[in-house]
Amino acid sequence: MPEISRDEVAHLAMLARIDLSDAELDHLAPQLSVILDSVASINGVAGDDVPPTSHAIPLTNVFREDVVVPGLTAEEALSGAPAVEDQRFSVPRILGEEA
Amino acid sequence: MSETVRRTAAELAEALAAGDVTSTDLTEAHLDRIEAVDGAVHAFLHVDRDGALAQAAESDARRSRGEARGVLDGVPIAVKDVLTTRGLPTTCGSRILEGWVPPYDATVVTRLRDAGLPILGKTNMDEFAMGSSTEHSAYGPTRNPWDLDRIPGGSGGGSAAAVAAFEAPLAIGTDTGGSIRQPGAVTGTVGVKPTYGGVSRYGLVALANSLDQAGPVTRTVLDAAMLHDVIGGHDPRDSTSIQQEWPSFTEAARAGAAGDMTGVRVGVITELAGDGWQRGVMARFDESVELLVRAGAEVVEVSCPSFVHALATYYLILPAEASSNLAKFDAMRYGLRVVPEGDPSAEEVMRATRDAGFGDEVKRRIILGTYALSSGYYDAYYGQAQKIRTLISRDFDAAFAQVDVLVSPTAPTTAFRLGEKLDDPMAMYLNDLATIPANLAGVPGISIPNGLAEEDGLPSGFQVLAPALADDRVYRVGAALEALHTAAWGGPLLDKAPELAGAATPEGSR
Repeated sequence: MPEISRDEVAHLAMLARIDLSDAELDHLAPQLSVILDSVASINGVAGDDVPPTSHAIPLTNVFREDVVVPGLTAEEALSGAPAVEDQRFSVPRILGEEA
Repeated sequence: MSETVRRTAAELAEALAAGDVTSTDLTEAHLDRIEAVDGAVHAFLHVDRDGALAQAAESDARRSRGEARGVLDGVPIAVKDVLTTRGLPTTCGSRILEGWVPPYDATVVTRLRDAGLPILGKTNMDEFAMGSSTEHSAYGPTRNPWDLDRIPGGSGGGSAAAVAAFEAPLAIGTDTGGSIRQPGAVTGTVGVKPTYGGVSRYGLVALANSLDQAGPVTRTVLDAAMLHDVIGGHDPRDSTSIQQEWPSFTEAARAGAAGDMTGVRVGVITELAGDGWQRGVMARFDESVELLVRAGAEVVEVSCPSFVHALATYYLILPAEASSNLAKFDAMRYGLRVVPEGDPSAEEVMRATRDAGFGDEVKRRIILGTYALSSGYYDAYYGQAQKIRTLISRDFDAAFAQVDVLVSPTAPTTAFRLGEKLDDPMAMYLNDLATIPANLAGVPGISIPNGLAEEDGLPSGFQVLAPALADDRVYRVGAALEALHTAAWGGPLLDKAPELAGAATPEGSR
């Protein structure tokens, strides 16, 4: 079973958009190794002939009636926003500094 | 303690119908009880005194006009803080949603409002429902009313403790791997996870959307059934909602309460016993099975060999889904925004916000899920887990070809001490050993209190599982066993719970 290294945890945290401090990395990396070690027991349990299940009670082609129903007003949709400008979500700059 | 708050929801409904009590009276009684004991228990994150009393007054006005909306009109309820409530804070136990007031109601909440149940407040939970002890709440743990130094289970420890401490006659929980049933077991209360798709998930902040299911948290099986009848049924806003007519669960519970189990085939799951199961929990389980046999049930042992892989399977599927679901907390549209110094980019704001806003357990699971879904590991972990999910469903199919219901202890142990397993994630995860298979296969399950473990005097729970769509069976068998136990004990198990300190009310009040 591959150990999960501190560097790998740092990389995964970056992918998951979480800034982990050094102390958090020290704390979480060994715990994640223990968890991964435990879940690795499922390797090879199910053969290629077993189909995967994503939903236990599968439904297909679910549509609602094609009728207009009221949605949120702009004011309601913006009511929890950290910052609002001109009836829009106001966000930090998207591009890097060099852009 | 006021006698009002000790009565079941069914009794309160009868008293309301008979005109012996008003919704305002009993809503006030529960709000007073919350005020008296919740400082010690901490079941609630938010109490809506004014809103609940206004809803109670409306209920009383309706009833006086002869326009009561249903049997539970006027009976107050507590709602787990993972369901959106228009105008009431919804935090999911997380800092990232601190102070968020949703602009819409979850369908479950809409149905409660339509049925006239005043909403007392929002109950505490492990952050985003990740945990088995409610210790992962960013707002501090809930305490078990049986012993305030012990956990109330999780993630829905707040809802279970609220009904166990008589702060609410009814509550709503959500169950992704046992978060309704395990808290029920360790607090001596009743919890039901309906068939996946039986209760709408619209407005339920998703942890793992293929596993999550909302359901009743109560003190009796009949109360759970009555509540299920209110919240269940098809919802066009949830694409996984099952479109069919459901039988009356209230009637199933009433039929079961006669205590006759003649002809009912009960399967004891071989794999859910053995090492790691507390002696007193197993003793109570054997006793309950014996009661069912004496009531006419035909009991056999049934093996579900893939269940030994259920825990590992769950801890791959859940983090994978959770890491995707929680990506929406991006500091842009709602919730916390932490802005680092300088002129940070949106991505830097996201990273800082998610570090500050999420707790340890949430970070662990997001990173685990990110790992399980990353290329190179996907087939070995997530793909393999989805296949074992199929094997677990097949085990259920084979078992239900032989028996009508399956039974096991709900949780391997009674309530442990606060802090005991906080830094040992695997030890914490083991609490869900018996409850997880039902979520993976989508089948319904109930936990009912079945006594106190001899070694510590704390409650244990008995789980009944039924095939998908056959939720009526868990009510029928649950009600039967509850009736048999209650007769043997001479009253409900909660009569044996200690009186909570600071809860004394002056003689003659209410």
